Amino acid sequence: MSNTTTHRRTSLGFGSFFRAVGAIAWKDLAAELRSRELLSAMLVFAMLVILIFNFALELDVKTRATITSGVLWVTFAFAGTLGLNRSMAVEKDRGCLDGLLLAPVDRSAIYFGKVISNLAFMLIVEAVVLPVYSILYNTNLFSIGLIGVILLGSIGYVAVGTLLSSMAVQTRTRDVMLPILLFPVIVPVLVAAVKASSGVLQGLPMDEILPWLNLLVVYDVIFTAIAFMVFDYVVEE
Amino acid sequence: MTPTPRALRILEIVSLLLFAAAVWMVFFYSPLEAVMGAVQKVFYFHVANAWVGMLGFIAAGVSGIIYLRTKDLKWDIVEVAAVEISLVFFFIAIVTGSIWAYPAWNTWWTWDPRLTTAAILELIYIAYMLLRQGIEDPERRARFGAVYTLIGGLSVPLTFMSIRLFRTIHPVVVGGANAAAQGGFDMTPKMLQSMLFSIAVFSVIFITLFWHRIRIGNLAQTVEQLKLKLTQ
Repeated sequence: MSNTTTHRRTSLGFGSFFRAVGAIAWKDLAAELRSRELLSAMLVFAMLVILIFNFALELDVKTRATITSGVLWVTFAFAGTLGLNRSMAVEKDRGCLDGLLLAPVDRSAIYFGKVISNLAFMLIVEAVVLPVYSILYNTNLFSIGLIGVILLGSIGYVAVGTLLSSMAVQTRTRDVMLPILLFPVIVPVLVAAVKASSGVLQGLPMDEILPWLNLLVVYDVIFTAIAFMVFDYVVEE
Repeated sequence: MTPTPRALRILEIVSLLLFAAAVWMVFFYSPLEAVMGAVQKVFYFHVANAWVGMLGFIAAGVSGIIYLRTKDLKWDIVEVAAVEISLVFFFIAIVTGSIWAYPAWNTWWTWDPRLTTAAILELIYIAYMLLRQGIEDPERRARFGAVYTLIGGLSVPLTFMSIRLFRTIHPVVVGGANAAAQGGFDMTPKMLQSMLFSIAVFSVIFITLFWHRIRIGNLAQTVEQLKLKLTQ
């Protein structure tokens, strides 16, 4: 088994690796473009979470200033789990994963392909939630800084989430497994993203936000690398 | 079924005696702390429990990596043994910490970096146990377990850093920065000796339990294989 994988690795260059990644990501996006079941579920869910927060926290002007970033990230994290779970479950249910694994590409290409499509879904949800939140609460959430923080946070979230969701769908308790596995290990991302976002929104000076951004970058790099290394073990039969 | 090895029997007795000695040291050898009084005594076993808990989680991470390299199910047994024992020890550490914190800080719990990280670490390894329960195939269970200990073990230092950053940037409102106000104290030599002795004793207890748990793991594996043989 390991012989064939190493053989594949050496026989394929970078170009074909990226082509494989692109093909897998594109397959997910095209399927989603036709069915729209994943995105619509994530979006409706995200809206409901914001609605619940509105009543649970009484988001008046004064509270809003300090907890907007927290509300946003909880919404993203919850909607993200929904998306991650579904995107992997679809592969598993219809036997697509086996097909993908049979394809003569490096396993990590499958991982990166799934990461890109999951990241795309998450960013689309975030791109809808932000303006809606801005309108509903009459604030302006658009700034380059916030978008950067959201991008960094989402990369870390999806990098670990994709790996863990491919584990979760292979367990008996798969519907409940992903958040239990994901949330405790994603704490650094959530803490850093919440603090960095609220720093940006409150217009704090850059040197107070920078430590959080550093932490996000470090997390993203470490966990993308680790997931890349161990993905083979998660999907092998 | 193999009989309990002689060395393990001896180790059991040794750890029992050492534990009794540690209890004696904590209560009679180490002096009473001037400010906090008797409640400070919980500190010796608290540190020892936390130490053993960490030791086990590190052992689990290392055996996870070895498992992924060698694919030898023996290492999976070692890994799950380490996690299971450490879960209990770490839980005791958290509880004893709370018992100490209530008189010292006037609260059972505070969201301090160490406390929060400890709670998250405990949750990660509970998630690990839940993950294992959901998988029947022993080989897949071992792979997923190893991957998750790796991910979990790597995220813990980052969690600690993130929460410490959270607290240092955030102004400290309750309890100033000075250590004495937060319940810190200087240790006399006798206190230090008691603490180090407790740590050593708990390490021995850990090894004893570890050994037992690995033996149970081996037996469980044998039973699983026999069951498979029956169904075939």
